[in-house]
Amino acid sequence: MSDVAPSADVLENRSLVVEDLKVHFGGGKTLFSGNKPTVHAVDGVSFTIPAGKTFGVVGESGSGKSTTALAIMRLVPVTHGKIALGDTPISDLENEELRAARHRFQIIFQDPYSSLDPRKRAGDIVREPLDLMKIGSRAERDAKVAELFTQVGLRPEQKALFPHQFSGGQRQRLSLARALSTEPDLIVCDEPVSALDVAIQAQILNLMAKLQRDLGLTYLFISHDLGVVQHICDEIAVMYLGQIVEQTDRVTLFKNPRHPYTKALLAAVPSVHGNKRDRRNRVRLEGDPPSPINLPPGCRFASRCPMAEAQCRQSSPPLEEKATGHKVACFLV
Amino acid sequence: MSADPLLSVKDVVVDFKTRYGNARVLDHVSLDINAGEILGIVGESGCGKSMTALSIMGLVPDPPGKVTSGSITLDGVELVGMTHDSLRKIRGKDIGMIFQEPMTSLNPVFTVGEQIAESVRLHENANPKAAMSRAVDMLKAVEIPEAEARARAYPHQLSGGMRQRVMIAMALACRPRVLIADEPTTALDATVQAQIFDLLQDLQKDTGTAIMLITHDMGAIAEMADNVAVMYAGRVVEKGAVDVVLSAPQHPYTKGLITCVPHLEPDPPTERVELMEIPGVVPALTELGKGCAFAPRCNEAIDRCTGEKPPLLSTEGTHLTACWVAQQEAAR
Repeated sequence: MSDVAPSADVLENRSLVVEDLKVHFGGGKTLFSGNKPTVHAVDGVSFTIPAGKTFGVVGESGSGKSTTALAIMRLVPVTHGKIALGDTPISDLENEELRAARHRFQIIFQDPYSSLDPRKRAGDIVREPLDLMKIGSRAERDAKVAELFTQVGLRPEQKALFPHQFSGGQRQRLSLARALSTEPDLIVCDEPVSALDVAIQAQILNLMAKLQRDLGLTYLFISHDLGVVQHICDEIAVMYLGQIVEQTDRVTLFKNPRHPYTKALLAAVPSVHGNKRDRRNRVRLEGDPPSPINLPPGCRFASRCPMAEAQCRQSSPPLEEKATGHKVACFLV
Repeated sequence: MSADPLLSVKDVVVDFKTRYGNARVLDHVSLDINAGEILGIVGESGCGKSMTALSIMGLVPDPPGKVTSGSITLDGVELVGMTHDSLRKIRGKDIGMIFQEPMTSLNPVFTVGEQIAESVRLHENANPKAAMSRAVDMLKAVEIPEAEARARAYPHQLSGGMRQRVMIAMALACRPRVLIADEPTTALDATVQAQIFDLLQDLQKDTGTAIMLITHDMGAIAEMADNVAVMYAGRVVEKGAVDVVLSAPQHPYTKGLITCVPHLEPDPPTERVELMEIPGVVPALTELGKGCAFAPRCNEAIDRCTGEKPPLLSTEGTHLTACWVAQQEAAR
């Protein structure tokens, strides 16, 4: 089964299309007076992930990258927009239809400590999705769990242990096994290695790359760590305050970043090749991003942008293709 | 380098009594920091980085922990075994500390101004008004806009980067000679981290404070530190000038730490390579054998590594490495 590469028509059905996704929180009336403020967490995000590829979303906290992930998983209400995985319109499904479709898209969370039930044995955690989806007979499920354990680099006899008996890296392997159990087409990875020690990060990233090669999985990879994203992703979108400001393939983004925010973000990452003197020359960002409640009328980055001009503060630049496969939302490039 | 170091940690051993036996969390750790120097300490979780900081501050939780032997001197004054009262006079005055989590290490029921002023009042007997005006000056020094107004703000009204600036202002309010920064930017975004690093370097240039920067990020070490000590399982395994250690690491653990992280390349190769891995995990401190603690994860280990602990010896000038293999190579 899973060791055999999937056939072409299965792969075909594994691309993710997101169109003009908006997720707004709040709004409506408060109990006594006035309107509740609306938080524009995700505000018009569109992208396509080809089957079997890894799409990275980077940005700082509050940029809406995690909310995008949760919306695609249908774990937060989608305010507007379309999400389709192959021929399945994820954003249109409700109730039982949605539940039944969930085996096709799974998620791995950031914190391997709080995302595993401490009172369940490891084997039962991995088996639970199979039970819920009623996949296979009892014996088949047991065999499947043992196979998944081996696949993610755990020993099948560790099935009887509880999560606290595993290290952080092993727990993330468990999360992966749980996500893989329903043989999904898409895995949404929300900062899967951020909580791990540097030496363990490499183990998990290599495992994820291997699983993708073997199983032809499509990954949506959310991270704030540009080094990790550069390593694992095929195409990358940079988000700022709920919108994509730049999107291109992994080589171009780092070689030729065009949006001022991307440039500042890249320059902010300390490098082992750099030295103390280099850093004085970098683009330095002042202050914090504006609040997603009271958004400025123009470009959302204008208040911190070293290059901003008058037009940037009046109207908001659209995400346009400035070179082949290189989209940038900025008037000045 | 000839003058006596400002802060000197010599052969410090810290033991913790646990249910599973004695855990030696620091095993003969020696470090020196000179005035105006930034010393970086790197390693994975559980390697003793934070415990080194706590032992300098006299904050090792006792019981179950205990500084078993060794000496820590600040400007020649012995800190190990000092009474609680004398230590309290040094903490926050001569040695300041910044913690990792700016959310939990500020008191939510006092304004940030009051919290900064508190240490000035206690350590310098300043009257409340003078202390408060110092607090506002400190907030200006850490580049917080509208410092007078912000001094009256409560921690929850500030962003993460602002809170970390407040922590720095608090740590520096009494002009300490040593500042211990324990993962000061781990909880922050990259652009904010860059702001905090710039700020720390500017402040250090102005005041000549020695900084001990604890981190797990080799990139941060490269940008900030003059010297670096790599710790593993409670021991310093490699120590030297930053540019030397990073460009020519000797210990296999240091090599692993540098290569296993996907570094941001300005011009990434089109073909992707598999990341180097350090196999396995950090060993439990109660289960250390008599050999090198890293030997089970090391791909260069020889027989001697499992039988005998390598001492920290010079492999090239002031570059010290605790590894039998590296020392053999150096002797050749």
